Amino acid sequence: MSNEGVIYRISGPVVTATGMEAGMYDVVRVGHEGLMGEVIELHGDKAVIQVYEDTSGIRPGEPVLNTRETLSVALGPGLLTQIYDGIQRPLATLEEVMGVFITRGVDADGFDMGKKWTFEPTVSKGDEVVSGQVIGTVQETETIVHKIMVPPGKGGVVKSISSGEYNVTEDVCTLEDGTTMQMMQKWPVRTPRPYQQKYAPDTPLVTGMRILDFLFPLAKGGAAGIPGPFGSGKTVTQQSLAKYSDAQIVVYIGCGERGNEMTEVLDEFPHLIDPNTGKPLMNRTVMIANTSNMPVAAREASVYTGITIAEYFRDMGYDVALMADSTSRWAEAMREISSRLEEMPGEEGYPAYLSSRIAEFYERAGRVQTLNGDDGSVTVIGAVSPPGGDISEPVSQGTLRIVKVFWGLDAGLARQRHFPAINWLGSYSLYPPSLDQWFRDNVAQDYPEIRTAISGLLQVEAELQEIVQLVGSDALPVDQQLTLEVARMIREYFLQQNGFHEVDAFCAVDLHYKMAKAILTFQESAKNAMAAGADLQDVVNVPSRTDLMRGRFEATYKDEIDGLVEKMNEEIAAAIEEN
Amino acid sequence: MSGKEYRTITDVKGPLVFLNKTEPVAFGEIVQLRLEDGTIKNGQVLDTSEELVVVQVFEGTAKVNLSTGVKFMGDVFKLPVSDDLIGRILDGAGRPRDGGPDIVADEKADIIGAAINPYSRQSPHDFIQTGVSAIDCCTTLVRGQKLPIFSASGLPHNDIALQIARQAKLKDSDEEFIVVFCAMGITAEEFNFFRSDLERTGALENAVLFVNLADDPAVERIITPRLALTAAEYLAFEKDYHVLVIYTDMTNYCDALRQIGAAREEVPGRRGYPGYMYTDLAMLYERAGIVKGKKGSITQFPILTMPGDDITHPIPDLSGYITEGQIVISRELHQQGIYPPINVLPSLSRLMGSCIGAETTREDHKSVSDQMYAAYAQGRELRGLVAIVGEDALNERDKQLLDFSAVFEDKFLRQSRDEDRSIDETLDLCWNLMSEIDTKYLVRLDQKWIEKYHPDNSE
Repeated sequence: MSNEGVIYRISGPVVTATGMEAGMYDVVRVGHEGLMGEVIELHGDKAVIQVYEDTSGIRPGEPVLNTRETLSVALGPGLLTQIYDGIQRPLATLEEVMGVFITRGVDADGFDMGKKWTFEPTVSKGDEVVSGQVIGTVQETETIVHKIMVPPGKGGVVKSISSGEYNVTEDVCTLEDGTTMQMMQKWPVRTPRPYQQKYAPDTPLVTGMRILDFLFPLAKGGAAGIPGPFGSGKTVTQQSLAKYSDAQIVVYIGCGERGNEMTEVLDEFPHLIDPNTGKPLMNRTVMIANTSNMPVAAREASVYTGITIAEYFRDMGYDVALMADSTSRWAEAMREISSRLEEMPGEEGYPAYLSSRIAEFYERAGRVQTLNGDDGSVTVIGAVSPPGGDISEPVSQGTLRIVKVFWGLDAGLARQRHFPAINWLGSYSLYPPSLDQWFRDNVAQDYPEIRTAISGLLQVEAELQEIVQLVGSDALPVDQQLTLEVARMIREYFLQQNGFHEVDAFCAVDLHYKMAKAILTFQESAKNAMAAGADLQDVVNVPSRTDLMRGRFEATYKDEIDGLVEKMNEEIAAAIEEN
Repeated sequence: MSGKEYRTITDVKGPLVFLNKTEPVAFGEIVQLRLEDGTIKNGQVLDTSEELVVVQVFEGTAKVNLSTGVKFMGDVFKLPVSDDLIGRILDGAGRPRDGGPDIVADEKADIIGAAINPYSRQSPHDFIQTGVSAIDCCTTLVRGQKLPIFSASGLPHNDIALQIARQAKLKDSDEEFIVVFCAMGITAEEFNFFRSDLERTGALENAVLFVNLADDPAVERIITPRLALTAAEYLAFEKDYHVLVIYTDMTNYCDALRQIGAAREEVPGRRGYPGYMYTDLAMLYERAGIVKGKKGSITQFPILTMPGDDITHPIPDLSGYITEGQIVISRELHQQGIYPPINVLPSLSRLMGSCIGAETTREDHKSVSDQMYAAYAQGRELRGLVAIVGEDALNERDKQLLDFSAVFEDKFLRQSRDEDRSIDETLDLCWNLMSEIDTKYLVRLDQKWIEKYHPDNSE
């Protein structure tokens, strides 16, 4: 047996080879064109391979070469700002080599192997270094320092290390035992990178979206699922998260999605400014774009490529957010390959191992103590596209069993142009108990209580709306009419947010707290005024309330909101005297 | 090309033929079958190994028997392409159907089509004026977009598609589209309707038609749209044309896909459709767009009929996840005698935001569109309430919105089949209709546009 075999059978993206020594997940080169593939099943001397490129025109009898490596990504300076396909080939390089259409048989490095980076050591000769320890730094982009770490499994006493200009494959450090280290390391994508221990999350990932941060917060190191039917705004929500969340590194995976939409992201991101640093967003971003018509096996691999890159930055001590849009396409890729393998299907044709794969993927999220003792996190936000919007299907259910945050998108809300179309009654977050201390310390002592009050009002509204459907709102007593009015204010002023508006798109935590509080203040003042005899309509129609609500589109709003609330209170008080 | 003819068929099942022991055959290779009476049938390799080859036969397997000769043509399916395609009518496998000569090829193009590198695409942003108010105002079409019509049997989707094909143009430009029309399993009557309309308006000279009718082989439908898109790509990216691809009916295409899946005994997904249908549809729909450095573009208008008017059926559902929005045709509006019966509420154009505004349509477009939509949505909702409590129970605002919803359907949606409204006419019409509602209820309109465009403020 050798590393070389021949093709026995071809069925779409699945190729069977014989006469080749192979192990599971070995990367192989298939046919005269050397298409990239991965061994996914072994039967006697037959190896079943999923191929990452189109297989038309390939014949039985063509050679197959086993590289004896597992599918790995290159990790090192140069990752940031890159746009990859599902198997870490930069799209820009592919364009140079192939033109605008993606053909096949082309290999491309994950980043420029020749580029010189300025390496600054952080350890010196004679120091003992262990796995994961930082031995030096490179200023990769304006905002991000890339830490060069000892690859897992290596360690010893430093024999030589020096600063200077190196490319990623040159030796920067040698250990006493002769081990050499370069700035680039490789890691197999299907294996989680090691860490010391997982911590309980205690810090929120601030997204700038009021409904998420306030009602359904996500912790750094947590996992969230966003299911929703088409047209409900999954992609827009994911993109807003990629733009505005306060992670230090963002990995965005466009998995089996629309080409034109991906292009929009690719066009838009380089021009966006990070609200947290004032520098271009691309500086902290790695993108993976494997559109729906690109090879299905590469789509299956894309989420692993993405999460491995995310874990690598986590190991440097960064907070990383990973968006996968959409995990349903990934699951469908698994289903497609599984059916070509003629495996016994589970629910709806998905393979029986679907839910364990989903769980394994989300489990790679977490806030950890890294090998070098630092604190880093990977937060995973996965979009789910349930067929027909029905979340009883296997991918949604597999996801909900594992994630702690569920942001349920609602076609009805999207149809009313209520964006973000997240259903406030059906969504949930299990993180508030662990995050409330942070909110009390960093925003306001009564933050959790304000949240409870607001979500309580929304619940009451839902019940009242059922009555209104039957008898009309005029039939309700005035205090309930006021409740409806307050709830409408919560929906239109607080929950709705324009993701494309330059000011409204990002709302800081202390500002959304003030807005929530302003709503409760209105309720309180209105109640008092009406108890003192004021008319509901007069109270509701005070002009400063409209100013308060519209003002959120102005850049100066955060400075003016307190004044506006005060003015509103005065006007409501004046409404009493009118009567 | 070996030219060798095999007589090693072992099994024939539905559209599939299974052969033993051949020379190595390429995956996707074209196959010719010669029947005893000399008839030639075409097919394509679906699965190939050293012992067994599976061929899908486009024309169906009627009369194929174990002694049928099978010849492998040494190449994957290719379409001869050249300028001469324009003005021609071809059948579902790319052969002339109009009695004309064969296409003289400038080159032969692989019909599977490679994926466009997302990095090499150019974001679509050119507004296409269709002259249909509901589309132009509420679900604006952009050059390079794929916007399907979700319809159902018995609804006038063909008229709408034709009206769009006839009227579509860039604003303030006479530049015309080349129409690539792809029929999959429609009736001869429907096809004649399309053809005579294209002939009547002279559009046929600027069109390429690929036709697979209801009585043509179902399996051929798998390649018909690929041929049409290959022709479209050639015309757009090699010859700089702006191409509008209309294909109808996607439902027949998906049923053909299911038929093959069933014959191969594949594990079915939802409602018996194959699990890879999403990928398969994406490989059609994604062949729309504009690429950097090329002048032409491909805009797609797939038409699909939703079985049982069910938008959650796998065909519209998977399509909706790939296409950039959808135009939904409503039976209810159709029964009220409104043409075009477009239900704007579930309709959507995802690329609309990039093509409307001062520089392309008009500065007030976004504002007007949002307000029209919101007012109509609320009006429609009130109809349900009125049915229970009666109109008298409504307050003033609700009454106005209720009335508006009727006017919206009657004046805004309704237009004749040859009425071509410019975007300015459409937006002015919107302002006229909205002026029936008290301005204080029009909260989505910007104050500055009210001052500039509201009929009360002009003059």
